Amino acid sequence: MQIRTRNLEYRYNINTPFEHLAIYDINIAIPARSYTAIIGHTGSGKSTLLQHFNALLQPTSGEIQIGERTIRAGVKEKQLKPVRKRVGIVFQFPEQQLFEETVEKDICFGPLNFGVDIEEAKARAKEAIQLVGLPDDILQRSPFELSGGQMRRVAIACVLAMKPEVLVLDEPTAGLDPRGRREIMDMFYKLYQEQDISIILVTHSMEDAARYADHIIVMHKGTIYKEGTPEEIFAAPQELLELGLDVPQTIRFQMKLEERLRQSIGGLSLSMDDLVEKIMALIETRRKKDHE
Amino acid sequence: MNKIIFGRYIPVESFLHKMDPRAKLIITILFIAVVFLANNGITYALLGLFTLLTIFSSKIPFRFLLGGFKLLFWLIIITFFLHIFFTKGGNVIVEIGAFKVYEHGLRQGIFISLRFFFLIIMTGLLTLTTTPIEITDGMESLLKPLKRFRFPVHEFALMMSIALRFIPTLMDETDKIMKAQVARGVDFTQGSLKERAQSFIPLLIPLFINSFKRAEELAIAMEARGYRGGEGRTKYRLLKWGIRDTAAFIILLVLTTALIVFRS
Ligand SMILES: Nc1ncnc2c1ncn2[C@@H]1O[C@H](COP(=O)(O)OP(=O)(O)OP(=O)(O)O)[C@@H](O)[C@H]1O
Ligand SMILES: [Mg+2]
Repeated sequence: MQIRTRNLEYRYNINTPFEHLAIYDINIAIPARSYTAIIGHTGSGKSTLLQHFNALLQPTSGEIQIGERTIRAGVKEKQLKPVRKRVGIVFQFPEQQLFEETVEKDICFGPLNFGVDIEEAKARAKEAIQLVGLPDDILQRSPFELSGGQMRRVAIACVLAMKPEVLVLDEPTAGLDPRGRREIMDMFYKLYQEQDISIILVTHSMEDAARYADHIIVMHKGTIYKEGTPEEIFAAPQELLELGLDVPQTIRFQMKLEERLRQSIGGLSLSMDDLVEKIMALIETRRKKDHE
Repeated sequence: MNKIIFGRYIPVESFLHKMDPRAKLIITILFIAVVFLANNGITYALLGLFTLLTIFSSKIPFRFLLGGFKLLFWLIIITFFLHIFFTKGGNVIVEIGAFKVYEHGLRQGIFISLRFFFLIIMTGLLTLTTTPIEITDGMESLLKPLKRFRFPVHEFALMMSIALRFIPTLMDETDKIMKAQVARGVDFTQGSLKERAQSFIPLLIPLFINSFKRAEELAIAMEARGYRGGEGRTKYRLLKWGIRDTAAFIILLVLTTALIVFRS
C-alpha cells in the first residue's frame, strides 16, 4: 500500500493562542513494500508526521493519500477503521497502552476490534509473542508485573498481531538494552523481507537507518530537509552534523581513517561488514605493493 | 481535547496578570455574591460593563474566550429555554398553538443566562490570568488564619498545587493513550452507550496506573530532596499587594454601591 502526501501541514491547537506550526510543506511518497527511515532532531515533527499515516491526525492544510483513501484538510472524515487496520503504529513508549488482565487478552484486543474471531486472535497472539522473543507462558501473566523491556515487547506484539500492511515504528527500541535492540530490529527486518509489508521507522540511531532502510527522509524544523538512499544521505556527513544529527559510526571511522591515511578507501561503509571488507581490501593491496 | 481552555493559563502581560492572586481570588468570590444583587436592566448593564472591563484588562482575545467556553454556553442556552418554556406571568408575547411565551419568562430567561455568563467569564478569567502556583500561593496565604483551628493549610495548598500542576500532564497523557488505543481499533465516538462506556476502559486503566506510579515517584523525589512539610519553609515567590489591587477593589466597591442604588 502506498502513502503519499501533498503540501501537508499540521498546526497544533489551531485557532487558539497556543497555535503551533509543527510540520509544513511535506511532500513525500512511500511506496508499497519499502523500508523508510525518518531521522531528525528532537522536535523536528517526526511523531506528528507519523500520526497522519493512519489518520490519527488530520492535516490542517494539504492532503494525504493512504492506499485508496484520501484525507484532506477541512473535510470531516468518518469510518477510518479500515485505514487503521491497514496501518499499524507502534508509538514512542508503547508500554503505556497496556491495560488488560493478561498479556494474551491485551494482544488479542486489537485484532478483535478489527473483527478477527477469538480463535484466530489467540493464534496470532501466540505467533506475535514468539516474534518479539518472549516465552509462551508470559501470555497468561499480567502485563503489569513484567519488566520495562518485556512490556515494550508485548506492546510491539499487540501491533504485530493486527497484521498491518504498513508498520509504522516510532523509536521502537529507545530504552532497551543493546542486545534487545538488535533482536527487535532484526525481527522487523525479517518481517519486512518475508511478508508483504512496508516499514516506516523513526529513529535516532543512524546505524539502524543505514543498516535497514532503503530510503531515508531527513526532517529539520518541521519540514523535509533531504531524502534519498542511505548512500546519498550519508555521502554528505558534514551537512548532517550541522543539523545536530550524527552519521553511522562506521562512516565516522572511515572518515578518520581516510584522514590519517590521506587516501580514500572507496565508497561509504554503511555497515560493519562493509567497513571490514574495505579495510581488508586495503590491507591486501598494500601488502601486494610491499612485495613488489 | 484542545478546545478546553477552562483551567488553563495563558501567558500574556496585562493588568489582570500582574494583580496579586489574593486580590483576584477575593474579588472573584465577592463578584459571585454581588452578581445576585442585580435584578433589573440597569444593574445587569452595570455588571456587563464591569465584565467587559475585566475582559479588556486581561488582554485575552474575546473570540478565543467565547470559543473556549463553548460547552458551558450550551448550559446557558438550555437554561434560557427552560425559562422561556416554563416561567409564567405578565403578558403573552408570542403564541404558537398551545405554547405561549410570557413576558416574565423571557425576562427571567435573559437575566439568569446573563448571570451565568458573567460568572463563567469571571471565574474563567481567574484561571486564565493566574498560574496554578499563584492560585495556591494566594489560597495558602488567605487560609493562614485557619491554622489556629488545626486546619492543615500548607498540606491543603500543596495537594492543590500538585493536582493543578498535573492537569496538563494528565491531559497530554490522555491524548496520547487515546491515540494509541484508537490505532488499535477502539472507536470512542460510535456504538451504543454501553459500548462507548466500555471503550473507555482501555483509556482509564493506563491513566490510573500511570498516575499512581507518578505519585509514588513524586513522593520519593520530594523526600530525597529533604521535604519535611510546611514548618519553617520559606517562600521563593513572595506575594505583593500593589496599587493595582487596591484600585480593583475600589472599582468593585463602586460597582456594588451602584448595584444597591439602582436595583429595584
Ligand atoms: N500535543 C501537542 N500539542 C502542541 N504541540 C505539540 C504537541 N505534540 C508535539 N508538539 C510540538 O510539535 C513539534 C513537533 O513535535 P514531534 O513530537 O512531532 O517531534 P519529534 O520529531 O517526534 O521529536 P522527538 O524526536 O523528541 O520525538 C514540537 O515543537 C512539539 O513541541
Ligand atoms: Mg517523537
